Amino acid sequence: MKSLLKNRLTWPLVALLALLALNQVFRADFLALRMQDGHLYGSLIDILRNGAPTVLIALGMTLVVATRGIDLSVGAIVAIAGAISCSYIASSSDPSSLATAGTAAAIAVVAGLALGVWNGFLVSVIGVQPIIATLVLMTAGRGVAQLVTGGQIVSVSNDHYKSIGAGYAFTLPISILITAAVFVLAAVLTRRTALGTLIEAVGINPVASRLAGIRARNIIWIVYVFSALCAAIAGLMISSNVTAADANNAGLYIEMDAILAVVIGGTSLAGGRYSLVGTVIGAFIIQTLTTTVYTLGIPPEVTLVFKALVVLSVCLLQAPAARNALRRFRPAPKLPAKEKVAI
Amino acid sequence: MSPLSTLTPPLKKSSAIGYGRLRGGARYAPTLATLGLFLAMFAVGAGMYPSFLSGQVLLNLFIDNTFLTVLAVGMTFVILTGGIDLSVGAVVALSMMVCASLLQAGWNPSMVIPLVILIGGGLGTLMGLVIQYFDIQPFIVTLAGMFLARGLCYVISLDSIPVTDPFFTSMAQARIPLAGDLFISPGVLIAVAVVAVAFFILHHTRFGRTVYALGGNEHSAMLMGLNVKGTKVAVYAVSGLCSAVAGLLFSFYSLSGYSLAAQGMELDAIAAVVIGGTLLTGGTGYVLGSVVGVLVLGIVQTFIAYDGTLSSWWTKIVIGGLLLVFILLQRLFSRKTY
Repeated sequence: MKSLLKNRLTWPLVALLALLALNQVFRADFLALRMQDGHLYGSLIDILRNGAPTVLIALGMTLVVATRGIDLSVGAIVAIAGAISCSYIASSSDPSSLATAGTAAAIAVVAGLALGVWNGFLVSVIGVQPIIATLVLMTAGRGVAQLVTGGQIVSVSNDHYKSIGAGYAFTLPISILITAAVFVLAAVLTRRTALGTLIEAVGINPVASRLAGIRARNIIWIVYVFSALCAAIAGLMISSNVTAADANNAGLYIEMDAILAVVIGGTSLAGGRYSLVGTVIGAFIIQTLTTTVYTLGIPPEVTLVFKALVVLSVCLLQAPAARNALRRFRPAPKLPAKEKVAI
Repeated sequence: MSPLSTLTPPLKKSSAIGYGRLRGGARYAPTLATLGLFLAMFAVGAGMYPSFLSGQVLLNLFIDNTFLTVLAVGMTFVILTGGIDLSVGAVVALSMMVCASLLQAGWNPSMVIPLVILIGGGLGTLMGLVIQYFDIQPFIVTLAGMFLARGLCYVISLDSIPVTDPFFTSMAQARIPLAGDLFISPGVLIAVAVVAVAFFILHHTRFGRTVYALGGNEHSAMLMGLNVKGTKVAVYAVSGLCSAVAGLLFSFYSLSGYSLAAQGMELDAIAAVVIGGTLLTGGTGYVLGSVVGVLVLGIVQTFIAYDGTLSSWWTKIVIGGLLLVFILLQRLFSRKTY
């Protein structure tokens, strides 16, 4: 029981369950799942499907934050990826074929990788502060996306492309399957190899880890590439879900949601400790929060205020000052007497 | 194993962080580079378009960017301490919404304007207090502040509210004639006053020196007995105040309140400060540099308006590119091993 209370995943999970329970109280059929045309339907599935892009981006952001960095450019990368793939499909000779959709997705993902290499280069080789390095792409990226689409909203009609964001496979939405695959890949790569430990080492102390023989530069570079890759795939999902690329509004503020998810999930913004599972829970808390606003009949325009208050309270609870204050109310751990010698 | 002396080379002056240690005029170099860039752009513009070379084009840069100038001044204070304020754009929008809705409800401008300034300053102070006393990164706190302010805008109204108050319309339409047929707007005078006050505070008061000290090295500043806590809260209050004033200026300029207004303006403000030569790690920079940064952003827009064939998104790309160049320049001036 004690270890359960101490586990840093407990509180985010409790928050998520409480939110779901709240919804269930207000709408009796909230948790109900039903089969229709061989697909699962229900509010839970909606949360999974709508939350998939945020989860995906938050996964990439987690590793970036673990190295003491931050990636503000993900929203712009979402817009660029959507713009590139939709423009390619719209201008191709066979806009409804599988090959076109595949090529479009591949080009967008490669573009995303290139943008990640660019961010990583600025941060790891040039040594620019992450917040500023990615700010460059955040500012210029939406301009680039508009350049690609020519300032228009490019709509496409390609059933194969549409299935990335809106399709189903094995009764589940494809978008959530893709996200799950990326999660498993990231989890295996970072927790079953030394990569995770190296990332934590770089996040805790880049200089010490470099002196210990870790190629900190490459580690940092890799996490930015991974973050951009996740953002590009999320961009495909978002644009395919609405079968259009909107350079201005696709992925707007998604970097904020992703950072929130990471923070709520218990990853420290000071670098080092990180939790991929926590991030997934955090992202679903945010998505459920949005759903809750609708379920409770709160006017949607209040969502942002609601979100701001949640973020602030979570951050305050995680702040060292608040933790120390809380600790005072807990029974002090029994220390051997000699440890009380003056420091 | 090599001898210790090769592992720790003697510190050279150029290896210090910040331009402050550079001798003589070198620390003005980034700001002077920006000024040079601005003059060069103006010269190129004058060469390409005959009507570009006029005093009014130059003055229009000020008239069209009064709010951004004031925002950049507030942001300079925050960035000088090594912090960042992402909430400024949303606070501008909130100020405009409060202004427009209260004026529509029949309030007198003499009540509305102090109230708006109070709200902006209050929000800034609140964020500063959270940053200082809960030890949370400024980035996250001001992000929450941005959500809060933008959310409050939506709560006030989703639609655009026109401002028809006679005082506001007169401020919007008034033209102050200068020599010849040149003119400026009253907003420019307010912005210039804000810049002058900020310049005085930063360079001639104890508070200003503490701001620089805080950005140079917070720990040393504390050990020197400077009022670190109060100063840290105060810079966010200053930024909040500036955002409110910028919101009022934007109201004078656009004569409306709209909850989606000033979106992404925090990026423009940060870009102006960086382009103006202020180090993002804090401790080095000039408020006048930020003003030049705003002028550079303004002239980019003027260029695109003059060209006519370039689309508006080129503004974003060019600003991003300029930001990149100046960040790389900063790295050149302040080598810091990673």
